[in-house]
Amino acid sequence: MSDHDNGHIEEHIKVYLTVFGALAVLTVLTVAASYMNISTTEAIFLALAIATVKASLVAGYFMHLIDEKKTIIYILSLTFIFFLFCMFIPMITEIDHARLP
Amino acid sequence: MQIPYTTEERPDTGLNNSKLGIWIFLASEIMLFGGLFSAYVFLRMAAPDGDFAYWGSKLNIPMATFNTLVLITSSMTMLMSWASLKMKDLQKFKMYMGLTLLCATIFLVVKYFEYTGKFHHGIFPSSSTFMGIYFTLTGLHMLHIIGGMIVMGYFWLPMGNKMWESDSERFTNRIEIVGLYWHFVDLVWIFLFPILYLL
Repeated sequence: MSDHDNGHIEEHIKVYLTVFGALAVLTVLTVAASYMNISTTEAIFLALAIATVKASLVAGYFMHLIDEKKTIIYILSLTFIFFLFCMFIPMITEIDHARLP
Repeated sequence: MQIPYTTEERPDTGLNNSKLGIWIFLASEIMLFGGLFSAYVFLRMAAPDGDFAYWGSKLNIPMATFNTLVLITSSMTMLMSWASLKMKDLQKFKMYMGLTLLCATIFLVVKYFEYTGKFHHGIFPSSSTFMGIYFTLTGLHMLHIIGGMIVMGYFWLPMGNKMWESDSERFTNRIEIVGLYWHFVDLVWIFLFPILYLL
């Protein structure tokens, strides 16, 4: 993102504003969804789905990951794998609990 | 000695060192917050049924929704401050960077009222497991906001942006790097908001 002329920048600003609008709408949507009469599992799934979409928009467009160099994508892919490990550790304890009499 | 590859690409990585550096730092930040998110899942699964929902319902959703919108706005003004430099307009940069700092300040003020509101009702990190992880996660996030404000504040002040005169490309790059950090802080809040306030 280092060699853009002014025309490019104005195009970028339009994209940023669209993403900004989408983030604002999704924020309102996730709050509205939390008042819906659904089960906790459904609520967790819905809230995390909306959060993931919002996070992807921020990372992809605001942080330019959508057209970033491969080196960064590799670093982040590796980080993401370790992050998933992190999130699965609590699940392992749950499996352990299930084995107990 | 001049720091090499501050703006030009290093042939082997295809990136300038500043960008590679901030992304490696952000990767470590993902693991820092990831560890705490993992702790949240662990604590929630071990908690009695409805315990997290009960304590979570004591939090103020309108205040947090407002703060979410403030942070998203600050990400937008951050991008605009960088875009202003790309268009060679230092005055606009100062305006947008000032707005970003204002948004960050509003976020902290709202957070201050949220925290003190809890303290007045006798709710502390020691009150419950939920409150423990709530204050840890939001407190660490708040420290990141303050850290970002210190760096942004420096670049906003005349002594911070005098590099614009001597090496405008390098200064623009610095702002892009601060921006990447700032968007990451926004990104963390995007997950904190639903898991703490809404679920």
